[in-house]
Amino acid sequence: MPMNLTTFEAPAREQLSLVIVGHVDHGKSTLVGRMLADTGSIDPGRLARVKAICERQGKRFEYAFLLDALEAEQAQGITIDAARCFFHGEQRDYILIDAPGHIEFLKNMISGAARAEAAILLIDAEEGVQENSRRHGYLLSLLGIRQVVVAVNKMDRIGYDQAVFDRVEREYRDFLGQISVTPAAFIPVSALEGGNVVTRSAPMPWYQGPTILQAMERFEKEAEPADQPLRFPVQDVYKFNRAGDARRIIAGRITSGTLRTGDEVVFLPSGKKTRIKTIEAFNADALPGTAQAGQSVGVTMTEQIYASRGDVMCHPDRPLQVSNRLRVNLVWLGRAALRAGQVYKLKLGTFSGLCEVERFIEVIDASALRDSGHEDRVERHEVAEVVLRLRDPIACDLSHEFADTGRFVLVDGYDMAGGGIIREVLSAGEKKGPVRWTSEVGSIDRRLRETRQGHRAVVVALHEDLEGTAESLAAAIEESLWTAGRHVFRLRFEAVDVIQPRPGELNLRTACFGRVAALANAGQVVLATIPFAASVTQQDVLRLPGLESVPCAQVRFRGDRDDALDWVLDPAHGERELHEEVRRRLDPLLALGS
Amino acid sequence: MEHLDKLEAQSIYILREAYANFKNLCMLWSIGKDSTVMLWLARKAFFGHVPFPLVHIDTHYKIPEMIRFRDQIALDWGLTMVIGQNEEALAAGMGPGRGRLTCCTALKTRALKQTLDGTGPRYRIQPDGSYAPDTDREPYTGVIVGARGDEEGSRSKERYFSPRTKENDWQLDDQPPELWNQFKTDFAPGTHIRIHPLLDWSEINIWEYIAREGMPITSLYYDTGSGRRYRSLGCAPCTGDVASTASNPFEIIEELRNTNIAERSGRAQDQEDPHALERLRRDGYM
Ligand SMILES: Nc1nc2c(ncn2[C@@H]2O[C@H](COP(=O)(O)OP(=O)(O)OP(=O)(O)O)[C@@H](O)[C@H]2O)c(=O)[nH]1
Ligand SMILES: [Mg+2]
Repeated sequence: MPMNLTTFEAPAREQLSLVIVGHVDHGKSTLVGRMLADTGSIDPGRLARVKAICERQGKRFEYAFLLDALEAEQAQGITIDAARCFFHGEQRDYILIDAPGHIEFLKNMISGAARAEAAILLIDAEEGVQENSRRHGYLLSLLGIRQVVVAVNKMDRIGYDQAVFDRVEREYRDFLGQISVTPAAFIPVSALEGGNVVTRSAPMPWYQGPTILQAMERFEKEAEPADQPLRFPVQDVYKFNRAGDARRIIAGRITSGTLRTGDEVVFLPSGKKTRIKTIEAFNADALPGTAQAGQSVGVTMTEQIYASRGDVMCHPDRPLQVSNRLRVNLVWLGRAALRAGQVYKLKLGTFSGLCEVERFIEVIDASALRDSGHEDRVERHEVAEVVLRLRDPIACDLSHEFADTGRFVLVDGYDMAGGGIIREVLSAGEKKGPVRWTSEVGSIDRRLRETRQGHRAVVVALHEDLEGTAESLAAAIEESLWTAGRHVFRLRFEAVDVIQPRPGELNLRTACFGRVAALANAGQVVLATIPFAASVTQQDVLRLPGLESVPCAQVRFRGDRDDALDWVLDPAHGERELHEEVRRRLDPLLALGS
Repeated sequence: MEHLDKLEAQSIYILREAYANFKNLCMLWSIGKDSTVMLWLARKAFFGHVPFPLVHIDTHYKIPEMIRFRDQIALDWGLTMVIGQNEEALAAGMGPGRGRLTCCTALKTRALKQTLDGTGPRYRIQPDGSYAPDTDREPYTGVIVGARGDEEGSRSKERYFSPRTKENDWQLDDQPPELWNQFKTDFAPGTHIRIHPLLDWSEINIWEYIAREGMPITSLYYDTGSGRRYRSLGCAPCTGDVASTASNPFEIIEELRNTNIAERSGRAQDQEDPHALERLRRDGYM
């Protein structure tokens, strides 16, 4: 391939993502469609085709159809899901995200807006400020979008009347003031006619400010926070030894700050310290000496300390906060209300853990900025301030200081049901997580059983790998221990993710742990395989409730630690070798008095 | 950071999220420019390794050069290459003569569904470059796909992590929320997730990246003297080439900056009905 790298200027065109929000039918899609058409950004063939289809179906041509591409959207004349479209401006490129305005699709509006750096909020001049004009404004501020322009649309419908425009501006400015948002401009437009969109509107000579396109070009691109303290959420730990690669690489994306080889770093919440040995790279002539915010990288360490997905690496002098209680603001999208006593999965960066609501501070109807009238739950589409209590401590920041490590989502069952930002990290509460465990034990102590049977009880948790090696390995160990006269029991954890027990029911996860604990207390060597996708973590195994003095070992095929109770095996080894290695490590634990 | 670096970092982040969350993961490789860039990104994400199989649906009507390129790269890069095909339909004489939509449905959509859920044949590459039946018939629960948001209407509405039902359907009117790089990784048994690391890339970005990285791509995209080249690759009978003398990525970038003709204008199946592609996609088509 002829490639002349010396004359090729790397394209440095900046790209800004911009969301268009506002109440249903106020003209968002029309505005975007008009902008694409008026700047010649649309394949003329496509424009002609859409026009021909409208004619054939006896419909008036709508610019919105250029965005509302789905069959159902065009049939109903409504946007269902946010569309991304690429737009080339004079100064830079844009991804325009056309959000839906109907309340039913609020989750889609939020998904679109969460990707944006700036927003245009549209208000119909005739209808004035409506519920979702306010709700969307509020959500923009919750999502951390500070650059906002307000377009007052459909000016053609009210005779281009400046008094109406002024009235809408006053009312909405007042609302935004209450939530501390200062818009960069209010622009009177007619999306339908294209007035003040790309070109100036002749019937509105009284308006001298920027057009929509000009206002867009004035938004500022926020730089990656490279000069802030380091935040590196650990995404995974790689050791591809089967492919003959001995490196143990901690992978992740730097969300803030800069990292250098030789830096002393600490992993939170564990607090383990080490130094950066290398910053790894593929297809590079030399390894880089630094990496900064925004980059997805991998590093190796001078000492092999235990770090895993969900930990955050930082410099020791600028650590994150660690606690299991957080005061947060959130928006709820779940069909079932957010309630106390229910267990949810909280995901922040790469961390994922169980939590519940400790206290509702305030529940608000964001369409009117008034109290919702109830304080024991958050209904769908409401926003609230609550205190969350996590089962395990988490490393995090306040959202106004570090966006990425200061915001989270909540998962209810299989579905993401809410998102929020951290306002305050509260002092850690007594460890009383949503998983509660009470052990019922008889009067014959485990020690007595162990003495009689001649070996100790041990729990071995085998984490499954991609190939399902754990299951067959566990079966082989069960058989060989049984043949050797050991008391052994093999079981498999179900893929228990966030499971909500109904009142009076045991959490399934607790039930799984409970079974393991009961078997171990009966003196068994318990072999428990853990499915790949289960939310059972290393920490869970190390701290299996009710098993304070039973050794709990784990077998893994991926990971960086290898010690007395954490055995990292190479799945490339044959079944026989794997089996022998486990027995070699397991047998000493079985000895009485060990 | 420069724009291409941002795109790269985000795609790598998504690939690593997929690897961390899915046990039975695979990547669809159509041999086209987008999924070849995606494959290159995977090698970056995992430091030279590709820790999941690459799946190619061979309709039997692919341009021969595509197959040659596929097997060459698979061997060079040590890929776990898996091929799926709707052999039953082919044996019964399926082809574009039966109607484009019928043919696409049988040889792409059906073949893909059967390959992903393990009910259809899977062939795995051997060290000598030949293919033998794959013993792994487990359904893939995470499927990485090189869809771009600027390709066509319904794709502009995709999520990075997009759930599919048991029947492979895409429920376009009820997609899960997705915010702040938190993706849908919890899903009911029997369903699976499609993962889209390239949603934010435009066609130009793809070429800019190919040029920057100096990475290999099939020569079908370049004019080799005839004054014509492919802009988008599909099956031989249904993919038209375009008049162009661009013979390297730089000339393609130049050309794209001066056009607004849609990329898939050479693809016959898109022209017949405005929602044909959306319907195909809802049923599981790539
Ligand atoms: N007269 C007039 N009509 C407009 C204008 N802008 C939009 N419309 C009409 O208002 C209707 C709704 O426009 P859309 O662009 O679909 O509104 P939307 O805000 O995208 O609606 P959702 O996405 O469903 O929330 C369409 O029939 C448009 O033609 C305008 O400036 N003047
Ligand atoms: Mg719309």
